[in-house]
Amino acid sequence: MKTLPKAAGLGFKPDHFAAIMAEPPALGFFEVHAENYMGAGGLPHAQLAAIRADHALSLHGVGLSIGGPGRLNADHLARLRRLCDRYQPESFSEHLAWSSHGTDYLNDLLPLPYTDETLALVCDHVDEAQAALGRRILIENPSTYVLFEQSVIPEVDFLYEIARRTGCGLLLDVNNVFVSCTNHRTDPRRWLADFPLHLVGEIHLGGHASEELPSGPFLIDSHDSEVADPVWTLFTEVIARTGPLPTLVEWDNDLPDWSTLRAEAARAQHILDQGEHHLARAS
Amino acid sequence: MTLAKTTLGLGASLACALSMAAATGVHAEEGMEKCFGVALAGQNDCAAGPGTTCAGTSKVDYQGNAWKLVPAGTCVTMELPAGADGMARSGSLEELDRDIPA
Amino acid sequence: MPGLPDFPAHGTLTFAFDAALKGAPLPAGLTATDPAEAERRFAVYRNNVATSLIEALARRFPVIRRLVGAEFFAAMARIYAEDHRPTSPVLLEWGQSFPDFLAGFAPLKGYPYMADVARIEYARGLAFHSADAPPMDPVRLAGADPYALRLRLAPSVRVLHLGHPAVSIWLQNQPGTAPGTVAPAGAEIALILRDRAFNVPVRPVTGAEARMVEGLGRGETLGVAAEAAVAADPDHDPQPLLLYLIGSGAITDLQETE
Repeated sequence: MKTLPKAAGLGFKPDHFAAIMAEPPALGFFEVHAENYMGAGGLPHAQLAAIRADHALSLHGVGLSIGGPGRLNADHLARLRRLCDRYQPESFSEHLAWSSHGTDYLNDLLPLPYTDETLALVCDHVDEAQAALGRRILIENPSTYVLFEQSVIPEVDFLYEIARRTGCGLLLDVNNVFVSCTNHRTDPRRWLADFPLHLVGEIHLGGHASEELPSGPFLIDSHDSEVADPVWTLFTEVIARTGPLPTLVEWDNDLPDWSTLRAEAARAQHILDQGEHHLARAS
Repeated sequence: MTLAKTTLGLGASLACALSMAAATGVHAEEGMEKCFGVALAGQNDCAAGPGTTCAGTSKVDYQGNAWKLVPAGTCVTMELPAGADGMARSGSLEELDRDIPA
Repeated sequence: MPGLPDFPAHGTLTFAFDAALKGAPLPAGLTATDPAEAERRFAVYRNNVATSLIEALARRFPVIRRLVGAEFFAAMARIYAEDHRPTSPVLLEWGQSFPDFLAGFAPLKGYPYMADVARIEYARGLAFHSADAPPMDPVRLAGADPYALRLRLAPSVRVLHLGHPAVSIWLQNQPGTAPGTVAPAGAEIALILRDRAFNVPVRPVTGAEARMVEGLGRGETLGVAAEAAVAADPDHDPQPLLLYLIGSGAITDLQETE
């Protein structure tokens, strides 16, 4: 199976379709949310097929509720399978989070305690998803705003253990690392130093919003602005260790024009290019 | 007007419509070109409906407790002719007693 | 394990979490670096869920939003979202029960047409995302006998019988246009389809036209469907409707029997 190019990519938004078709960009790949292409037909599929014809594609799921209780939604897994069969994406990824319980879907990536119980549950779900989709998937580290007293496994260990037990890869969202570590008053460099970078199949970068609480800064993973400087710095440090990796710049809310997005992707690409030189010199 | 005459006229009218459509000949590709050249706009945007996000939001939703819920959009100025349905034309001032978490 | 507090199983936790999203106390064990801030931090999830679902409804029902105003819409959508959570991660399907919710929503009892406008908006979404079916080449219609001809309609085609002048109100209250001030009286019927350019126009049709489309949809021959329409209204002229369906690409196949 093909893999994503080790280059910068962008999320595909219908608003930018005409601009992309008018002048196809030299991007590593496009990423879309799988759930937005689960209608039977019409414009979304016509556009995605046109995009896919010219570019590598990453399908990013937001609704499988890998971190939820009970079984995965079989209907949803079947829909994902059909989408993968139709578009043959180079990558499929999901989140270490939950979004459904019972029949209710809450439309947010919600946090879970890191315990032996939830680890077993998540591993079962990843196994089930990989079997249903017939491919290795990537699991993304979350942005979190709260903690659980019952958590006994550090987040990095939890993610590593999922990958070790299921054979899945990891999606490293550097902005999520920065957001969560800032919110929980821990050191993002420590987090990244412990993280199994060799398992990373894709990187996400995105903008966040910032508030001030009595205890200090409080960040929200809002994807509504440029990537913040400290996140670019962490990304640069990661790439210096790993060499180039497929890297998505996420911008989902308050969408800017196409040229602004391309400039963000170009900035990421520049860092990837430098990482390549850095590694070449080191070897 | 007899039924036969009506049917005859109808048949002719339908046959005429079919040959008109056949002669005009609309090509399917025109639609694709239009779609690919022009960004989504107006009504079409709305039909697409909601999309998902994997992000949180920094927008804070309206927060409050019991409050007066009164429509304030274009429905307030739009008139229906009297007797269309026998209902009042303006929204009643309902106190909606519902606790909305802040 | 002695000495450790008893925490709920994960399934119990997620139910408690959802209850807290709606205003119940925080689930057992949920905390923060400074536990005093747990409530404030949890509010981010409350806000994410509420705001994202409100925005999802606003995308699906933009004319309702315009009719009632943004603030009213947000408050109402929040209530709907709590009582009628999406039942699938595919949000483009959500909102089917919103028209009935509007019909029973007390602050809107002076606006009985609101539910019908919402029915139009929801049906447009279904048409927009309906299955693809390439339009038939109209050349195939040349010389066909209307009484032997069966036309297949595209999956997007829908007829809505509305008790209120909702098509007129929908047309007069499009986002970004000057609002209409007067709507006609009485019931209306909407013909909704997805055209060749992926637009989803809403066309007001007569009862006879609706009968004709519904007849074609049931597999009646063109002649039989048109006759039934004329029986419903002697002044009915089938031509404009037929040309509209063909021109829009809403006829996907034909079958001719002896």
